[in-house]
This record gives sequence, C-alpha cells and structure tokens, in this order.
Amino acid sequence: MSEILELTAAQAGERVRSGDLDKGELWRAYRDRALADDLNAFTWVCEGDEPEAIDEGGPLGGVPIGIKDLFCTNGVPSQAGSKILEGYRPPYTATAVERLMAAGAPVLAKTNQDEFAMGSSTENSAYGPTLNPWDRTRVPGGSSGGSAAAVAAGTVPWSIGTDTGGSIRQPAALCGIVGLKPTYGAVSRYGMIAFASSLDQAGPFARDTTDAALLLGAMAGPDPCDSTSLGLPEPVRAPTATDLKGIRLGVPEELTGEGIEPGVLAAFSETLDLARQLGATVETMHLPHSPHGLAAYYLIAPAECSSNLARYDGVRYGLRTDGSDLLSMYTRTREQGFGAEVKRRVLIGTYALSSGYYDAYYGRAQKVRTLIARDFTQAWERFDFVVTPTAPGVAFELGAKTQDPLAMYLNDACTVPMSLAGIPAISIPNGLADGLPVGFQIAGPAFSENRILDAAHALEQAIGFDSRRAFA
Amino acid sequence: MTELEPVIGLEIHVQLDTRTKMFCACELGFGEEPNTRTCPVCLGLPGSLPVVNAQAVQYGLMMGLALECEIAPRSIFHRKNYFYPDLAKGYQISQYDIPLCSGGRLGDVRLHRIHLEEDAAKLVHLGQSGRIHGSDASIVDYNRGGTPLAEIVTEPDIHSAEQARDWLILLRETLRQLGVSDVNMEEGSLRADANVSVRPVGTTELGTKTELKNMNSFRFLAQGIEAEVKRQAALIESGQPVVQETLHFDPVTGGLRPLRSKEEAHDYRYFPEPDLVPVAPTPEMVEAARAALPELPAARIARYESDFGLSADTARLFAFDPGWGDYFEQVEGDPRTVANWVTELRARADSPDAVEPAALAKLVGLVEARTVTSGNARVVLDRLAAEGGDPAEIVEREDLGALGDSGELAGIVAKVIEDNPDVVERIRGGNAKAMGALVGPIMRETKGKADGGEVNRLIREQLGV
Repeated sequence: MSEILELTAAQAGERVRSGDLDKGELWRAYRDRALADDLNAFTWVCEGDEPEAIDEGGPLGGVPIGIKDLFCTNGVPSQAGSKILEGYRPPYTATAVERLMAAGAPVLAKTNQDEFAMGSSTENSAYGPTLNPWDRTRVPGGSSGGSAAAVAAGTVPWSIGTDTGGSIRQPAALCGIVGLKPTYGAVSRYGMIAFASSLDQAGPFARDTTDAALLLGAMAGPDPCDSTSLGLPEPVRAPTATDLKGIRLGVPEELTGEGIEPGVLAAFSETLDLARQLGATVETMHLPHSPHGLAAYYLIAPAECSSNLARYDGVRYGLRTDGSDLLSMYTRTREQGFGAEVKRRVLIGTYALSSGYYDAYYGRAQKVRTLIARDFTQAWERFDFVVTPTAPGVAFELGAKTQDPLAMYLNDACTVPMSLAGIPAISIPNGLADGLPVGFQIAGPAFSENRILDAAHALEQAIGFDSRRAFA
Repeated sequence: MTELEPVIGLEIHVQLDTRTKMFCACELGFGEEPNTRTCPVCLGLPGSLPVVNAQAVQYGLMMGLALECEIAPRSIFHRKNYFYPDLAKGYQISQYDIPLCSGGRLGDVRLHRIHLEEDAAKLVHLGQSGRIHGSDASIVDYNRGGTPLAEIVTEPDIHSAEQARDWLILLRETLRQLGVSDVNMEEGSLRADANVSVRPVGTTELGTKTELKNMNSFRFLAQGIEAEVKRQAALIESGQPVVQETLHFDPVTGGLRPLRSKEEAHDYRYFPEPDLVPVAPTPEMVEAARAALPELPAARIARYESDFGLSADTARLFAFDPGWGDYFEQVEGDPRTVANWVTELRARADSPDAVEPAALAKLVGLVEARTVTSGNARVVLDRLAAEGGDPAEIVEREDLGALGDSGELAGIVAKVIEDNPDVVERIRGGNAKAMGALVGPIMRETKGKADGGEVNRLIREQLGV
C-alpha cells in the first residue's frame, strides 16, 4: 500500500496544506485507483487532472471526494441510479456539494446507488450492483453502497451519501467504515434528487470519526434554497474524547433482540463491555413504538416518493418513450424507465395517499412517527445516547434478498426509528462476524452531532478497527 | 310551478403582481420569449426545492385584511398531484385544509377562504384541434409556470348573474387598488369560475351545482351564469335531475359545453408539502400588511354617501377612480356641487393633476355667485384643463362674465320677441315648449353670458304668460 493511501483524509489534507504533499499527486493516486475500480462503485470518474478552481487551503485540504450519484453536479451525469435519468447532466450543483468544493474538496467521482435511493443492497441500480470489497460475492449495503464500498476499498479517501431510513449507516456497517446521518435539516437538500423529502438527509462516509467530522462541518449549514434546512447550532469540532465517563447509554430491548444475527449481537455486547470500561453506564431501556417503525416508514417514504417521482414523465428531461397519445407516452416512459422496486414503492405510495385510504395509511403512519419521536424524547431524560447494532446482519450474498422485499426491508429495522425521529446517528465499525464487518450505532438528540462524534471517537480508539483492511 | 332561485358562488384566481415567482427567484414577465424566465425550481428539475415568496404572503395578508378574513396563525401548503405537461413537477403546490385566510366579506357577499398557490405553465397545441388530443404537437412555455396565484372562494351568497358581475367588478377594483394584481380578465390575471345551482325560493337546502369555467370577461361571466340558470331551471321543471359536472363557456355561441368526464376524474392525493415549512405570519408581518392597505372602494363609497351626500353612482365613480376621489375631497365647496364639477373636469382631463383643486374651487365659487353661468363655466373649464390658469382671469379675458341687472338682457329679450312673432303666437296659444325657440337665439345673442332661469323669467314677464 502506498504511503498516500495510508493517510486518512484529515492527514492527507494537512500535508497538502503544509506543502508536504502535492495535491496533484494526491488526486492522481486516487483517480488512477478509481478508474481501475472493479467493484462497480462508480457511475462516473473524472478522468482529467485535478480541478484548478479548488482551493486546497480550505479545511478539506484538496482531498478528493466521491459523491453519491443523486447529488446534482453541474455538467456531470447525475442519474440517481435510474435508467429514467440516463445521461442526465444537471445545469446546477447541489448545495452540499458546492459547500464541499468551497471547503477544498475536488469531486473525483459519482458513486453507484440503489435507484432513487430505494434499497439496502445497491442491487437496484440500473447501472449494475456494486460489490463489497470485503467479499465480492456480497453486497455493500445500500442505498449509498457505491460511496461506502469506494471508501472501504480505498478508491476514494472519503465520500458522501444520503440516508432516508438507513442508507448511510447500513452500508457503512456492511463495509467496515464510519457513516453519519446528521439531524434532519443540518445539511441542505437542495440539489439532492429526492426520494422521501421529510426523511432524506445527506451525510459523510469516512475511514474514521475525525474525517467524518471534517466533512460534516463543511457540508452542514442553513441554505436559503431549502426551507427545511437549519444547519447546526455550533461548529462541528474534531472529536477528541478518549473515554465515556459519565455517559449513560440506553440499549433498547426492541432493537437488540429478535432478528439480530448472533455474530452481530456478540460484537455488540463486546462493544458495550468496552464502553463500560471507558466509564459509560449501560442500561436496558424501551422504545415501545420502534417495532412499528418499519411499517410507518414503508408508508411515509413511498407516499412521498410517489409524488417526488411524478416529474419523471418524459416531457422535459430524461428518458421518453413515445406513445400514440399523452397517456401512453407517460405509461411507456415510466414502465421502461423505472425499475421494479421503484414501481413497487410508487404503487404503495399512490395507494396510501388515495382518497378514502389516506387516514388509514398515511395519516396513521404519521401518528406512529410522532409516537416514535416521543419515545426518543423521553429516552433523553435518562440517557445521553441510544445504542444498537446498525444492521441486523453482516453483508449478504448478491441476489440473496432480491426476490424477498420484506427480508430486504428488515435491514433497516435498527436505523429507521432514528430517521423517523429526525435525529442524528452514527455507525462505526466494531469488529467482525464471520470475517465480515459489523457496525455499532450511536443515536443522540437532535443537534447532538458533536457529542455523538466524541463518544464514537472514544469507542473507535478502544476498538482499534482498521478500516483499510479491504484495500485492494 | 314553484319559483326557482339561483344560488351562485365564485372561485376567483388572481395572479399576484410580485417581482418574482411563488417558489423561486425567477422574475415574472409577460410577453417575453418563451422559456426565458425559468430556473431549476420552476422547471421542476430533479433535486430542486421550493421556497415561499415573502411578497406573495404579504399580498395574501393584505387581501385577507382588506376582505375582513381571519388570518391563520400557521397555514400549510399541500401537494395536489396530477399528471399534465404544463405541470413540471407532477404536482401543484397549493394550500388545502389550512389556508392563509378564512371567512371574510366584501359588500353583500361572504368569503369562504383565500389561499396561495402556483400557476401552471402555458401549453400551445399545434395543428387543427387546438387541444392536446389530436394536436400535431404540443409545446410548453414555462415562463408562466410558478406565477403566484391567490384563489378567492366566496360563499354561495349570490343570487343573480348581474349580482355576480357587479360583485366581481367591485372585487377587481378592490384588488387593483390594493396593488396586488393587475387584474386583467382578458389576459388571464383574473380568472373567475362560478358554481351554480338553483332551488325553490324560500328553501335553504342547496341544489346540485355545476362548475362554469372559461368566462374571461364580465359579460361572459353574466352570460354563462344566465345560460346555466336557465338550463338547470328547464331540467328541474321537466323533472330531470341536474348532474354535477364542469362546463366550459363558449364565447362564440354563448353556450356551455361539458368537459369530458375522463378529464375530471381526478384523485389529487393531497398531502402536506414536505419541502416547505408552515407559513406563520408574525404580528410584525400582519401589521406591515395592514399599514400597506389603502382605503378600499367599498369603504370609500359608504363614506362619500354618508359624509358628503353623494349619489350612489357618483360615490362609486370616485371610489373606483380613487385619484379623482382624492381630488374631489381637496376641492372646497358644497360637496354635491363640487362633485358635479369634478365629474365635468374628469371628462376633460387625463388626470386630476391638470387643474389645481383651488382653481376648481374658485370656478365653482364664481358659478355659485352667478358671476359666470354654468354654460360658460364649462368653457372656462375647457381652458383650465387645456392650459391651466386662474378662472377669474379667463372669465375676464374671454369676456365670459354673466350679464348683470343692467337691463341689457331685458333689451335683448325684447328684440328676440319682436323678431319671432310666429313663436310668440304659439306660446300665447298655450304651447309653453315653444319658449325654447326663443331661448336659443337669446343665448346666442348674449354669448352664453345670460342665466337660463333669468331668461325664462324675462320672456314670461314680457309676454305676460
């Protein structure tokens, strides 16, 4: 492994700023690796030299970055993993990406994903599945599987993705890296091709919590183009904690029992022991409504997506398949442009919003969402964080769950409640089960990102997981 | 046969005259090259997000306050989902169950609500059909897409086509004076649909209603409602039911044509727009909107009638033309006399700026003092409107002063009587109307300086009739 690859993004950026590392050399090292990628982690890689407009003096130090396909990037393919947007190059760039570039990160590549972020394996991409660098017969998780696999494989130093019900945390866990879903509203959604507007939130993938904090600090901020954006109340700090003294961890019984693979539970228990050794108290608690999280999520997210995806009608951009009249043009375009999972969710969502069914489905799901959020609010009276395994299992084999949507949906069981509550959560690698990485999730109150990062940092130091093990 | 009463409610769409569109920073414009006023937001490009136009909210608040509505502390936007090529996102962002303004009243009609939404883009269908079905091609101009709209919905308080037309004229004038829209029905910045039903007089239950669209003038609105009321009455009288449907007014035939029911069968799947936060007007916003309200036509009419004793027509005239109304209030003198002279001036001048209020007051004073006759005062007004100046000087310079009691007028009357023996004979024969044939020559002779009443008196005196 070359010396450059050994460096975390923060270290590489520091060397570029101090003049010890040439930003062009750094760019080329990763560009050549990204171009040689054989995991199908990318949908586009910049073949040229590093973009001159990027100021390596910024906090991100000229360290190249991978961007999930669904972030609009001016003039660069932004297809959201869908055939219906094949070849689409937007005329503008997403705010989050603008902020990263302004902070000194040149865009090296667009990363593969499940179509419109719907999936937990990246097998729903119209551009083929991404492979897990730990085991190429297995999935990297999803929907931000390309972003996770690329960081784990060392073909980008860091990347960003989006998380709607677990799409950052679950692939981070399955690929043995750090993934953070910020508080809803911390990062602008402007320019993110929408899946479910009330849940979608952008966040970083990185080899460690320090890199994740750097990216989050650059991405977050209020945006006049996104009414739901708030930014963060305080600057993101580089995490420094080395212990968990006085930290109260709540372990929700509902998310740590049935349905979790034994190997994952074993790693989880070990990490809880470590946490105690670092000074934390660990107590079992309840999130009584969280078992209904998946059901509520799979009504709210499809309902919003059924509306968000209405714009892909063949009229103005993307795929158009002509028909004999307007209606047949619509139906043929959408029949051919959307994949099976997208169609399934558009149908579910359309049904859930229909006159006569709205109250029973969408309305009820919103009430459950409120109750789930209240569970967490009550938890913060007794606990600093709620911790769970990130995903119920390790990376599964390609094709293992594609015929069983419910089995696929269960991957999100531990991550969906936090999404519904709009609260931040991180996944850090906490060991292996059957030779494959396992993730540990730490969730906190809204806007507690700095405290979450500190706690994750302390555990990360104690766990000592090497996120570079899957580098080719 | 029981007598039937029309029950009419109006739904009015008003394009707001804001600087930019409802949810993006594109400037509004009319007549620009197609698709030059667009951005990722109003084109519905992937990833774009709406942001509510603060000026549109301010205009909505002004309308709500002017029309005595209740302002919602937190109103929300919904998505109205349907597919059509003029709808870039596949949904229209509109207010649904919690509008910005509820209730309210204008004149004798109560309001149900006012809400904000966005306009669709403009479709042009090429080929013979003129509609999307059967056209050779359809092209979209997104310049209009995203224009702010306010939808004003009345209660069914209107009971005739004339009342509907008159009320809409009052509403249009109110909105025009608020400055929130240019309210041009022909250009579509004011569009009115009517919900029409009929019921037996004396009952309170509403009959089945139909919705009338495409009436893009006040005349067409009245025509459409008139035709629909007749149609429904005929159906009921022949024992047939009225079917709830949407009807298009055809300005060529003056008739109504049903829209195909297929185009109507929508389930809009309304749900709260997750890309926007609620509109929660602060007390400062409401006060700013209140402070921006001018005196509105209905209030001005009432004040002119009660404070100045003006006739309803004159009060309405000044209320609908508030520049002249303000001018009227600046001219000192008896209000009703002044109102007549302001109306005279308005017929001669493009704007009230033409003549100083004090100059008009002076002229009115000259008339009242009988220094100048009404007829010659109009000549003075011509001069004033054209070139300004002082009324007394104009009277002097042009020799327009009224004839005094010098006996000069009596002499002229005597001469005209002498010159017209046949007319005199007719008058003596009992034809009082024939006196007019003497007045004309007398007025010519005096160059309009004689007072009409005095002339009549002298004729009678000299003829002894």
